[in-house]
Amino acid sequence: MIYLDNAATSWPKPPEVARAVVHFLEQVGANPGRAGHRRAVEAGRIVYDAREAVAELFGAPDPLRVVFGLNVTEALNLALRGLLRPGDHVITSSIEHNSVMRPLRALEREGIDLTVVRCSPQGFLDPQDVAWALRPNTALIALNHASNVVGSVQPVAEVGRIARRHGALFLVDAAQSGGAYPLDMQADAVDLLAFTGHKSLYGPMGTGGLIVGERVPSERFEPLVMGGTGSLSEHEEQPDFLPDRFESGTPNVVGLAGLEAGVRWVLARGVASIRREEQGLTQRLMDGLRAIPGVTLYGGGDAACQVAVVGFNIAGMSPSEAGLRLDEEYGILCRVGLHCSPAAHRTIGTFPDGTIRFALGAFTTVEEVDAALAAVEDLAGEAR
Amino acid sequence: MNTTELPVGFGAGQVVILVYSTSRAIRAEKVLFQAGIECKLIPVPRHLSSNCGVCVRIQSADQQAALSALERARVEIEGVHALAEAW
Repeated sequence: MIYLDNAATSWPKPPEVARAVVHFLEQVGANPGRAGHRRAVEAGRIVYDAREAVAELFGAPDPLRVVFGLNVTEALNLALRGLLRPGDHVITSSIEHNSVMRPLRALEREGIDLTVVRCSPQGFLDPQDVAWALRPNTALIALNHASNVVGSVQPVAEVGRIARRHGALFLVDAAQSGGAYPLDMQADAVDLLAFTGHKSLYGPMGTGGLIVGERVPSERFEPLVMGGTGSLSEHEEQPDFLPDRFESGTPNVVGLAGLEAGVRWVLARGVASIRREEQGLTQRLMDGLRAIPGVTLYGGGDAACQVAVVGFNIAGMSPSEAGLRLDEEYGILCRVGLHCSPAAHRTIGTFPDGTIRFALGAFTTVEEVDAALAAVEDLAGEAR
Repeated sequence: MNTTELPVGFGAGQVVILVYSTSRAIRAEKVLFQAGIECKLIPVPRHLSSNCGVCVRIQSADQQAALSALERARVEIEGVHALAEAW
């Protein structure tokens, strides 16, 4: 079996992740912040350690500015719904995932102004187009760092500087880049960084969150969910401090224990080193695909400008048929279709049929890439 | 910061440092550990606050050193209270 669906969720995970999950379930098991006994405190330490690890990875100003949640979708919804008000103007790109596009379209109906800046057919944003789209009431720029369809990496630092100069906030969707491509809140001028725990941070599903930078006006940042936080319990009003304001109810400590282990594994290996290996394999995969007659490769074709997410099609075979045959006949697991990103597929010209997506991870080998190329060559030969 | 319950010249026994949340208590614990100051996270004494979280218990003699270390690490403090013998 060859797992090439790492953009949906990474697999396998480093063994440390499962060990941390089992350790929590068997040895700790208590609810953090809901009691003062030793196990509750230990659970609280695990959550805090996970905050520290994530803060270190992304250059967050303070671990307490890391707000944990269910996934990156929830984090993006929190940032958009929590901060935007009718009359605000928002700029986003045409490569966005529906986790940004759907909340923005809903907010548009509620009175925000939305500009969707067009990316190139290869999936790249020109920062100058963002600058041209600015208006006096532009409150936020929301940008996908790396595409889940073609892997294209956007110039976040340049867009971040444009946002700063204008006094707008900058929200980055790091779902596909976090852990796999360098991203630093300070260097890249990111105000709100939405991340997922279960992709290139190698944690379990059900983990993710939003890092809230110091420029974000906390007094007008509303939570999506309110409730018990274990703090200020005498008050019937939601706390106004981070992270409690945005973390009501019992957190996923099981998952966060695993997330901490995953992020520590990434930090120990080094994002640059993971990136170097994935870049090499991605280039090998794209060069191989391009050489197969009947295969159309999408994106820029240069691994230096993208993460390990590769979109392609086989002439004469629908993506869904290709996906099924890759699974059943070759044991290759990938994802086909629209990848929850209709705007991105319109941008690269593959809407509504979609593409076949091979997404590599830190555990993908050269042999697996070569076997996948051989399988695609077989299928393309048959379809001709 | 509320220090009104702290008796002047209080030197023996223990004090608790109240913070606003569990994550801050855990941060305080880390900061004090790094500063070589012995501490323990305990449930907030009921007469001090109705919080369901924890606070930081230290030896009174370490109070000034602890408060300076926490200030340097920017841990906001809700209050400092001397503990009765029962605690």
